[in-house]
Amino acid sequence: MSFQQVSPPIEQDEQPFACEAPNDMAQPESWVSNIKYLIVGVLFGIVFVKAEIISWFRIQEMFRLQSFHMYGVIGSAVVVGMISVFLIKKFNIKTLSGETVQFHPKKFQRGQIYGGLIFGLGWAITGACPGPLFAQIGSGYMAVIVTLLSAVAGTWAYGYFRDKLPN
Amino acid sequence: MQQFIELIRQPWPWYVAGPLIGLTVPTLLLIGNKSFGISSSLRHICAACFPANISFFKYDWKKEIWNLVFVLGVFFGGMIATNFMENPNAFQLSENTMADLRALGIQDFSGLMPADLFSMEALFSLKGFIFFVLGGFMVGFGTRYAGGCTSGHAIMGLSNLQVPSLIATCCFMVGGFTMTHLLMPFIFKLF
Repeated sequence: MSFQQVSPPIEQDEQPFACEAPNDMAQPESWVSNIKYLIVGVLFGIVFVKAEIISWFRIQEMFRLQSFHMYGVIGSAVVVGMISVFLIKKFNIKTLSGETVQFHPKKFQRGQIYGGLIFGLGWAITGACPGPLFAQIGSGYMAVIVTLLSAVAGTWAYGYFRDKLPN
Repeated sequence: MQQFIELIRQPWPWYVAGPLIGLTVPTLLLIGNKSFGISSSLRHICAACFPANISFFKYDWKKEIWNLVFVLGVFFGGMIATNFMENPNAFQLSENTMADLRALGIQDFSGLMPADLFSMEALFSLKGFIFFVLGGFMVGFGTRYAGGCTSGHAIMGLSNLQVPSLIATCCFMVGGFTMTHLLMPFIFKLF
């Protein structure tokens, strides 16, 4: 079995595991380089709070179609993301350490429908996606720790029942 | 400088915040070849703390530790923005939303989160069970089942023109509308 590990597949169409945020860096990273991700996370968290998108009220406003704010935030984020990805692909822009940027084609699975609907129900009730959960706790809403622990439990339950679910 | 600080302390409009969030995508890709996504962190926590020999949690989570560092950053970012860049004015919510929520029984509109629901006192009640435990469970279970959340699918996936992400994003919205308009009126009648 262990011999299979000797030559890694040249191109992986399928993701090594169903993780939407894989680490594609080929070169080993030192512990210190994690500071980069910490800084980006901090800036990201600040934007979350300053745009008030961690607010349960704003999520309600969005689902009641009573404000453009959330649609503007998500929409303009997607547009900027799209342009960036297009430019990276078009000009073959390399990472800081000179590697080719990896993109992962996603395969359609029925889980995206079932899971998406379940997440949507939870999104409206908690007023948070996974990202804002961490920012809410940082903002001092200590009760949200329970939501986070419950979300971890939900993730674990998915892993446990995965083979029995329609995927 | 004083003016700049004033500006920072105001709530940021969508056309400032949205593009900044969008810039996270190229930033993570270019500083370390990382695809943007947050719900993976929940999976890494499971893999690191209680893998319980489940194949879904048997992988090298240490390779993905950047994702946990990133969400730790989001936590600190929330702390910094709330404590040092606080909005001096009252939270502005749409009148219609306030009226709708008042009709459901929410009275306190002072903070970013409704104190009627998200208080420590509510924690050990039916309210707390539905809004924290059940809601959180659906967020965790649903995102993993869907293979991503609003960051992984709606932002990273759509940026990369992935049809499965568009389907997932539409389902996120359908679920949210269903909860808000069809289920919430019943939930609020429970207490």
